Amino acid sequence: MVTLQEAPSVTAPARRPRRKGDGRAAALYLAPAGILLAALLAYPIYQLVLISFYDYGQPQAAGNAPLVFLGFANYADLLSQAQFWTVLGKTVGFAAACVAGSLVVGTGLAVLASRVRSLPRMLLFLAALGAWSTPAIAGSYVWLFLFDTDFGLVNEVLSGIGLPFEHHSWTFGTLGAFGLVAAEVIWCSFPFVLVTMYAGIKGVPDEVLEAASLDGASVWRTTWTIVLPMVRPLLMIATVQSIIWDFKVFTQIYVMTNGGGVAGRNLVLNVYAYQQAFAGQEYGLGSAIGVVMTLLLLSVTGLYVRAQRRSAAWL
Amino acid sequence: MAVKRPGRLIAEVVTVVIAGIVAFPLYWMLLSAVKPAGEIQSASPKPWTLHPSFDSFSRVLTVSGFGRYFVNSLLVALVVVALSLLLSFLSAVALTRFRFRGRTVLLVMTLVAQMVPVEALTIPLFFLMRSLGGAVPALGLNELGSLVLVHLAFSLPFAIWMLRGFVAAVPVELEEAAKLDGASRMRFTWQILFPLVAPGLVAVSVLAFIHAWNDFLFAKTFIVSKTENQTLPQAILVFFKPEDTDWGAVMASSTLMTIPVLVFFVLVQRRLVSGMAGAVKG
Repeated sequence: MVTLQEAPSVTAPARRPRRKGDGRAAALYLAPAGILLAALLAYPIYQLVLISFYDYGQPQAAGNAPLVFLGFANYADLLSQAQFWTVLGKTVGFAAACVAGSLVVGTGLAVLASRVRSLPRMLLFLAALGAWSTPAIAGSYVWLFLFDTDFGLVNEVLSGIGLPFEHHSWTFGTLGAFGLVAAEVIWCSFPFVLVTMYAGIKGVPDEVLEAASLDGASVWRTTWTIVLPMVRPLLMIATVQSIIWDFKVFTQIYVMTNGGGVAGRNLVLNVYAYQQAFAGQEYGLGSAIGVVMTLLLLSVTGLYVRAQRRSAAWL
Repeated sequence: MAVKRPGRLIAEVVTVVIAGIVAFPLYWMLLSAVKPAGEIQSASPKPWTLHPSFDSFSRVLTVSGFGRYFVNSLLVALVVVALSLLLSFLSAVALTRFRFRGRTVLLVMTLVAQMVPVEALTIPLFFLMRSLGGAVPALGLNELGSLVLVHLAFSLPFAIWMLRGFVAAVPVELEEAAKLDGASRMRFTWQILFPLVAPGLVAVSVLAFIHAWNDFLFAKTFIVSKTENQTLPQAILVFFKPEDTDWGAVMASSTLMTIPVLVFFVLVQRRLVSGMAGAVKG
């Protein structure tokens, strides 16, 4: 990542004689974006790692106390905290539930959409676009309101049909709160999977499907043995993209569980790092959490790049 | 496809029902925004209202300086859109049309840059903006410029990645023909290439707009004390109190926040979908 800074300085001579001076022109065209990314993406990453090695609290941030280099002490501190491991476990579990939910719902609906006429399909896509475009904060509040203890529609309906949900608090229990947030996250992230997978299914040539149906293959069998393998690269991309998004959920958790739930029961890594840094003034420790998160996500990125590379000519 | 009719009819009914479920939270948001106060905080909520009122909207628009926050959000989002279009277009042209050493490396880096968990960078960016404010006040903490900068940086990698596909799709022969006709590279880039990649530009601007418009974390972190520079999400927070939430106002302000994105999205959805597919397929 740090090598992004090289972007503006690419002035190597062109390989093809026909295109002399490409290097200089390229440098000129790339310079604005390159400088910006170097300053606001590469440099902060370097800073994040640096801060994580120091005892960096409020006095240091204000410049009133000397910086003390700790080496890996913040990390040792973090890894020995029982809470860190709990939060990490919950983050992975929560993200896994959201990813699985978005993929199943999105892919299932994409298959469904490819089998119906255009009017129902259009209604489905419009609804999905609506969910997709709802800002995270607005979506969080609507779901909170639907599941509100006293005024929520869901409790009203459930207790109306005789279930014991009168004045039930969905956000009090750890699992209930995570479930509610996961439902909101799936609601606003499955449309991406739907659109991607629908494009993939539409890309399967009609002749192949006709041949299969002439050979007497059932719809179910065609889906599993022909369509699915052909859309696998897209499915892979949708999966990795969902992992990256759902692992980093911040707004929904922060808003719906009021900053991480009762006694921090619903913290995920992102919110935990934020609380440590900006509420607890432990910037060093918060940065260490950020580094751990970045490393975890970059390993997922490795998979993504490999998947992209395998899916034909991508450069 | 040869699917039997009754099967398709069932599938269509299921599709419409699911569309209804997916759209329901949005309907509920709108409905709660126009319900009169007594019907919102009611122990037996009804899925319709016979007395629509705009009380909640007027409460939102008059009480909390909502208009000011709305303008702030809009300003940040539009500046981000304009600048990210310009910068990502230039980069995409360089990365697809020019041959130079390190091109492949840069391409891989735009991909990797999309994966960086930007939320984790809140801490260093907070300090960066604090020191930047000393040199250029308009870009420091508490100023909208700081928000423009971070959202611009975070939307660029994906924008470049996406536009690259569109620029590559314009045939090289066109450029050669333009050159033969005596057009300079500059002229070709702006007068011919730029309009030709319009669908890609649309997709890029939608995503950059949404990115900046939806932001909660950075606005919350950077705008520390200057409340007149807050953006929309903070305005909604005002009505949300653990024990005494004004749900009507929360829903009305959520509606007002959703409408611009929804309109934008529906207007360009066809191009967005083809743009996304183009980017995903590479």
